[in-house]
Amino acid sequence: MLQGWIQIGLTLLILVAITPLFGGYMARVYQEEKTFFDRILNPLDRLLYSAIGVQPKENMTGWQYARAAISSNIVMALLIFFLIMNQGWLPLNPTRVPAPTWDTALHTTISFITNTNQQHYSGETYLSYGSQMLGLGYHMFTSAATGLAVGIAFIRGLTGKPLGNFYVDLIRSITRILLPISIVGAIALLAAGVPETLAGVVVVPTLEDPAVSQAIARGPVAHYEFIKELGENGGGFFAINSAHPFENPNGFTNLVQLVAILSVPSSLIYTYGVFANNIKQALLVYLIPLSILVGFVILTAIAEYNGNPAVNALLNVDQAPNLEGKEVRFGWAQSALYAVITTASMCGAINSLHDSFMPNGGFATLSNMFLQIVFGGQGTGTAYLFAYLLLAVFVTGLMVGRTPEFLGRKIEKREVVLASFLILLVHPIAILIPGAITMAFPDQLSGISNPGFHGLSQVMYEYASAAANNGSGFEGLGDSQPSPIAIAGGAETSTTALWWNLSTCFSLLAGRYIPIVSLLLLADGLSRKQPVPETVGTLRTDTGLFTGVTAGVILILGALTFFPILALGPIAEAFLISRGIG
Amino acid sequence: MSFAREASRAVRSTLALWVLTAMLYPLLMLAIGQIVFPYQANGSLIRNAQNEVVGSALIGQPFTSDRYFNSRPSTSSYSTADPAADEGRVLQTGVSGASNLAPSNVALLDRIRGKGDPDPEQAIEGEIPRLQQAGIQPTADLVYTSGSSLDPHITPAGAAAQINRVATARGLQPNQLEDLIRQNTDGRFLGIFGEPGVNVLKLNLALDTL
Repeated sequence: MLQGWIQIGLTLLILVAITPLFGGYMARVYQEEKTFFDRILNPLDRLLYSAIGVQPKENMTGWQYARAAISSNIVMALLIFFLIMNQGWLPLNPTRVPAPTWDTALHTTISFITNTNQQHYSGETYLSYGSQMLGLGYHMFTSAATGLAVGIAFIRGLTGKPLGNFYVDLIRSITRILLPISIVGAIALLAAGVPETLAGVVVVPTLEDPAVSQAIARGPVAHYEFIKELGENGGGFFAINSAHPFENPNGFTNLVQLVAILSVPSSLIYTYGVFANNIKQALLVYLIPLSILVGFVILTAIAEYNGNPAVNALLNVDQAPNLEGKEVRFGWAQSALYAVITTASMCGAINSLHDSFMPNGGFATLSNMFLQIVFGGQGTGTAYLFAYLLLAVFVTGLMVGRTPEFLGRKIEKREVVLASFLILLVHPIAILIPGAITMAFPDQLSGISNPGFHGLSQVMYEYASAAANNGSGFEGLGDSQPSPIAIAGGAETSTTALWWNLSTCFSLLAGRYIPIVSLLLLADGLSRKQPVPETVGTLRTDTGLFTGVTAGVILILGALTFFPILALGPIAEAFLISRGIG
Repeated sequence: MSFAREASRAVRSTLALWVLTAMLYPLLMLAIGQIVFPYQANGSLIRNAQNEVVGSALIGQPFTSDRYFNSRPSTSSYSTADPAADEGRVLQTGVSGASNLAPSNVALLDRIRGKGDPDPEQAIEGEIPRLQQAGIQPTADLVYTSGSSLDPHITPAGAAAQINRVATARGLQPNQLEDLIRQNTDGRFLGIFGEPGVNVLKLNLALDTL
């Protein structure tokens, strides 16, 4: 058991250790200071600027920035929808997969453009290599870069600087951060055993019974795999994501993936510190998500280590790890760690099946997606965290009777309205309303596969995952249409899957673009305010006390909204299991 | 900014970044993979003395007989099918998948402990009764299905529990098998990260060459 905790502790230490390095590097990139590869990358950047028609020095207002983000995302989405719907005749389709149903293609497109990568399909049987490489792999870069750009624009606005230019930030995010690191990371994964080939399936007779054959799915996986983690995308090349031995073959690749998943959102807080010229505050803020993350990892890992009491009784042991849906090479420790990190950071890749976790795991993963700030999404997570900070400034300002100020700027009605709209309204609406509709028609719409309290968790997890742009799932849920190959063989399409495909599109879009616009408007307003000089009466926001209040605001505002779901889902399931099942 | 200019930038950025991230980047990685790491890039395929592919070092295969070390239960039977009766078209693409059974689901317990039923179609044999019948002391990895349904490994304890059965079936000494297990165990990365696992396919291939 101790060995497992050591693995977990060391992984978290590595993550914390790279934060100042990587966060400092990102600050240099976005402040357009000198970086290591300028000699190669400056010409590439200039080529891209002129291809797109951007003046690099042109600053955008919040509204212009949002319009550029949304209009480029729409065109990118159209291209990918076209590729998926026409994959039957397009090249790079060695497994001869026809086009999926229109609703699957629509959901997949929206899910990838929003950086969610919720998958209502299985990579092997629904998509061609071309759709994955030319389509989804493309969105993995652009959606991550869009999030990063918005996060940086928000940080600029918050610290009183002009917001910058969306296209410049988009391009620099890709050429300076996502692409170079992906090249190095993908080579590391390749060397460790992740395939990268355009050749199709290998069919071999099995050793024990040569009359039965095994189909070994392959593909251009390694390049796709690394940006999947670094960009917090999370959509696996294969159905079973990073539990598949070709996506994540050993302890080394698992470590690389964990570090890649959490590196950008955690380091971006340090980047804020550089922009604000207040590293102390950044470190204090950093402690909030870090301590929540550590708490959730411990909660989840203990339960997976102790295992399922009902099964332990059958095995005649007091303790055996819960290995249902887990790979031997990861065991309880790396599986629990991965599950918490992937839902904390809105990556959504999985190396074990969350549906089969003990209720503690369900509680932690759901809470991560309800809160959205346990480092959170690429760029947007940090922005949410600071939106909470603004609310905490407002709340404490009210308590002590001072004008709320943050970094020398008054927090007024507009800021409070936008921040509370973001945090208190959008997320609950995008999760609870479609969830309530689904639960009103459990037989017709829900597709629940596990009975009892766990069924409610399955439904709410799906919408929480969509609205938080996470993308993982309690995958037993009947949210997928039959594969195009099965449909060609005569399978009927399913109403449940149609409902899931369309209703989660609402949560995906609402959870992505409403916050993006609100964050940019919020940042724009702040950047235009006259700074007020700091006096002895100013409420300091870089103290331990204020950070503690912020953590309280996060838990009260973020968690209480969703507490009924947690109580009726994982908490009730935990009581059921401790009472004894079947 | 005019709508036309906005749209033109959106289209041009889409195409420029598409070429960079969805074409040049994958092509570079394909080239590196095929030239520098051809073994890994093509799926770590294992070949026999006749140079025929017999499997992948990273993907498990189903084993249930007493002449081989058994692998973990799998929801897709390790992506296998009878080529003459492959209605699910498994062999066209290959598959992966998991049970997704919740810990509170009675179906999970039934699968593990077995369930009698007057209708033989409805009856479930159960992992524990099956292992006990085979003379194997059940371990967690041998009764729980894996994440990918392709798990190449069993735990060292799961392998040790099968030594006597295989030794008897093949007329070998248990200590010979212990050596083979040790040689085919993949350790933790740096001795720290991950869990040790016995690669069942490689172990069984080695058994056949004894």
